[in-house]
Amino acid sequence: MELGIGAFGDANRDPATGTRTSEAQAIRNVVESIVVAEQAGLDWFGLGEHHTPEFPVSAAATVLAAAAARTSRIKLSSAVTVLSTDDPVRVYEQYSTVDAISNGRVEMIPGRGSSIESFPLFGYDLREYDQLFAEKLDLLLEVNRSPRVTWEGTTRPALHGEYVPPRAEHGPIPIWLGVGGNPGSVIRAAQLGLPMATGVLGGSAIRSSSNADLYRHAAEKFGNTPEQTLVMLGSPGFLMRDGKKARDAWWPHWHQFMKVVGEQRGFAPPTRDSYDRDTAPQGGLLIGSPEEIAERIILMHQHWGHVRQYLHIDMGGVPQKDLLHAIELFGTEVRPLVQRELGATPVDVLMGRRPAPLAASA
Amino acid sequence: MSGDARISRVAVVGAGRVGTAVARTLVDAGYCVTLSGSGDPADLELLAAVVAPGAHVAWTADAVASADLVIVSIPLHRLPTLDPSLLHGKLVVDAMNYWPPVDGRLDEFEEAAGGSSVVVQRLLAGATVVKTFNHVGYHDLEVDRRPAGHPQRLGLAVAGDSPAAVASVAELIDRIGYDPVTLPSLTDGRSLQPGGVVFGARLTAAEITLAVTRSAHDAAA
Repeated sequence: MELGIGAFGDANRDPATGTRTSEAQAIRNVVESIVVAEQAGLDWFGLGEHHTPEFPVSAAATVLAAAAARTSRIKLSSAVTVLSTDDPVRVYEQYSTVDAISNGRVEMIPGRGSSIESFPLFGYDLREYDQLFAEKLDLLLEVNRSPRVTWEGTTRPALHGEYVPPRAEHGPIPIWLGVGGNPGSVIRAAQLGLPMATGVLGGSAIRSSSNADLYRHAAEKFGNTPEQTLVMLGSPGFLMRDGKKARDAWWPHWHQFMKVVGEQRGFAPPTRDSYDRDTAPQGGLLIGSPEEIAERIILMHQHWGHVRQYLHIDMGGVPQKDLLHAIELFGTEVRPLVQRELGATPVDVLMGRRPAPLAASA
Repeated sequence: MSGDARISRVAVVGAGRVGTAVARTLVDAGYCVTLSGSGDPADLELLAAVVAPGAHVAWTADAVASADLVIVSIPLHRLPTLDPSLLHGKLVVDAMNYWPPVDGRLDEFEEAAGGSSVVVQRLLAGATVVKTFNHVGYHDLEVDRRPAGHPQRLGLAVAGDSPAAVASVAELIDRIGYDPVTLPSLTDGRSLQPGGVVFGARLTAAEITLAVTRSAHDAAA
């Protein structure tokens, strides 16, 4: 089991102090978090794309490039790339460039994303979402497979064997399909032969794991190999040495984050009661002590069978020093506890991108 | 005819996150459930077998024809793809929400002073529309079920213009594990939709009643 961190770059107001991190500082904070995550032994770091004052990481590949130059081992990924409003050729070029800088540590998660600012920003019509996403994903996969691409569709001009550099030097970049939980999208991930990245964003940590069963059944039906059939999960998370303190400390930030999102989308902010339910031992918010969170991930693994768990950590103006401390605890304490139970086989080995080490680690 | 008889056969149209969660709760409560989507039921067999075991799959036309109740849980912008004549004379639950981040801007729903279900009722003229399920998160629906009389049992609001139809759906809501709170018109469903006081909140029946009453007072003031 690999463990990682997901981030958006957080320029929200800190509810305790009322101060707001500048957007530029939020970007620098993310680079620092990635460096600290590697030092803590974590395996992966994913960056979400948004175009808002609260979440200013709009050009994730550029931020990942900075982190690539300052790290040597951690995987660097998008989480997610809002592919529908981007050019897949350009997306590949950006990520293959980061792959070069990082010596082959890049992954991508194209997906819908939960926010839609990029549609008006880049002049796309949300009503064409399904077709945009399907076509652009097809092109991205094609560019990733072949240096010269011949492709025709309706959402951008055709390609007639043009060359797309730089080529990732270790073969195709691992592309996971980002799935929000719709069973139809789960089947699409299997149909495309892609590994699936999905989330548990509250509620129960295990209830929606039927989607993992669905994914595996569908993968079998489509004749996919075990190397293609992998699941990664992301969940909101935060850690402190003392679990109760962690839940109390994170609550005002979570409340603020959900309040902002709720005002935009018309739902009520969460109550402390629902927060307590969702942070309890079977809940989908991974907030607590290292031991509690390790137990939760092991429980989730029994249901989901996932190969990588990441914590989405920077929401609602959590102070950067607390965030870095949580990242350290996740890497130095949770990771060994989880890997003692579930093994330490790297995802690259499971994907067949590199051979298993001679001394079996799992 | 709508609402007079006890419901036993339910068609859930739309096999997304909401539809599959609703289907599971109904199967658990002993209903005969059929899931359908926009296409060939063969494509849904695997999905239903894994994600909503116990639910049958069928073409929408067939599922609806034999159902006592039809629950529509498709993205709202796809509603025009559902043939209204299939639902003529049927009791229909509108579990949908107008959600511009997914639906894009839909003028008739932007301008819906009486709430989105009033528009749905107009589009499905001939059906008896009741609004429920839409205000609860699909990820909360199963987790929050409680037996009758449980001190932490939550409420689900049921709004509609036909008292008989509302009563039939309320009985179903009770059976799956929530205290129904009946509201006497589809327009009252505004409280249940995005931006309304009940939307996305996890409330008891008494809290729903209080919130809806207060909100009506505020609107009148």
